[in-house]
Amino acid sequence: MAQGPYSEKVMDHFMHPRNMGEIEDPSGVGEVGNPACGDVMRLYLKIENDTIIDAKFKTFGCGAAIASSSMTTELIKGKSIDEALAISNEAVAEALGGLPPAKQHCSVLAEEALQAALEDYKKKQQEGK
Amino acid sequence: MWYYICLMKRIYFDHASTTPVDPRVLEAMRPYFSELFGNPSSVLIEEGAEPRKALDEARLKVGRLLNAEADEIIFTASATESNNLAIKGLALANRNRGNRILFSDIEHYSVMNQADFLKSLGFEVDYVRVDPYGLVDMEDLERKAKPGTLLVSVMMANLEIGTIEPIREIGLLLKSRGILLHSDGAGACGQIPVDVRDLPVDSMTVSAHQFYGPKGAAALYLKKGVPLRPVMQGGYQEMGYRAGTENVPAIVGLGEASRIAAEEMALRVENLTALGRRLWGGIEKEIDYLHFTGHPTRRLPGHVSFWIEFVEGESLLLWLNLNGIASVSGSACASNVLAADETGLKASHVLTAVGVPPEICHGSIAFSLGPENTEAEVDFTLSTLPEIVGKLREMSPLYRKTLL
Repeated sequence: MAQGPYSEKVMDHFMHPRNMGEIEDPSGVGEVGNPACGDVMRLYLKIENDTIIDAKFKTFGCGAAIASSSMTTELIKGKSIDEALAISNEAVAEALGGLPPAKQHCSVLAEEALQAALEDYKKKQQEGK
Repeated sequence: MWYYICLMKRIYFDHASTTPVDPRVLEAMRPYFSELFGNPSSVLIEEGAEPRKALDEARLKVGRLLNAEADEIIFTASATESNNLAIKGLALANRNRGNRILFSDIEHYSVMNQADFLKSLGFEVDYVRVDPYGLVDMEDLERKAKPGTLLVSVMMANLEIGTIEPIREIGLLLKSRGILLHSDGAGACGQIPVDVRDLPVDSMTVSAHQFYGPKGAAALYLKKGVPLRPVMQGGYQEMGYRAGTENVPAIVGLGEASRIAAEEMALRVENLTALGRRLWGGIEKEIDYLHFTGHPTRRLPGHVSFWIEFVEGESLLLWLNLNGIASVSGSACASNVLAADETGLKASHVLTAVGVPPEICHGSIAFSLGPENTEAEVDFTLSTLPEIVGKLREMSPLYRKTLL
């Protein structure tokens, strides 16, 4: 059910967040945001053979932030790193059936969390070599 | 799913936002739409006579609620309009007293947002601090109410944090210095006893929809003899202070709501105080990392406000709503979801004024109860809230990090 400015999809992901939690021994972790601006998103990735085989999140934030986190994990699972990097915040917002203009930044945060997590993965890879 | 079961009956704990119209009020209003529709200014024809009488009657009833004379009551269309009429009208009519205007830090937007306009007219606007309970800091007021100050605006009660301001003390100080006092009583009139003969205020805003009257009706009490300049130019309605044909049905509703409030106030206050205490005590027991906002005792009956660490207010509000409970949050995220962009999202200035860090305003919630609420509703809320808080904390990356 849609609620006020939030679409049905947003409310669905808010009420039933997919992939909420942590990954033990993740391939990469990205944390973005700042409690001062409201939202903090932490994204865990498990990557094997250049493919994201698992993704989990923890988020402190509003309905849009939680839904964006949840949707992002759904969009990236099974994708290659390059495919995942190509996922924009607009794609996250669109998959959620749109976000209110004042809440677009929540999808940006999701995109940034993803980039940070992949960055962390690459760094770990290089350190491992 | 468990939360759908509870959607059957809503629990309305958001009386600070608005209240339903009392059926008795609606009944009183009904004839003035289509039957007794005349213009109350058309006093020489039959159609105008009854509406005129109804306006006079409503003026008496609002007057009685505040212990004011009927001709000290000016009808307006909203508390926002009353606050604008009072502050601009008093400022413009009393420039001989000075040029400085003071607002408390926790005034409503309809007061706060007048600052730029007043400055453009050449007035100086300054702000008086409040203490961590939201009470006006009397030392700061004494310091800032210096010569050249013409007007101070301090609300009677704050609907976000529930605190009731020491208006009597403030008024006595200002009176001794020849400074006018306007008080926004939107959160207080009709809910707690307000006696303008006892309170040294020059004007006071009353809002009908805050106490079971209709939206679109409000009043301004203006003490006899205090000069006020109208801010809207037009006809000579409302003793020349407020042009425009009066909204007779809504004003009749305001009058009836005032009569009922005056008669039933003692009982309502008693019941709401007990319900509010039950909710307060229960939340205190059930939730950790909890901070109440506002004053613990000098507060509106049935008003419980707090913030919870590691929980974002909008998410909490949405979950409460899904469980059938209506509340309000001072979180930035929940502030103006319909804004054109994210710059419209700001943490409540009231909460930041009482020292709640902006990032923490996020977890703020206010419950404001009304006479139709029950102990069972309070208990249901108390059984639901910890579950929601637990769920959101489980999801928060900040929770464990801090506790470790």
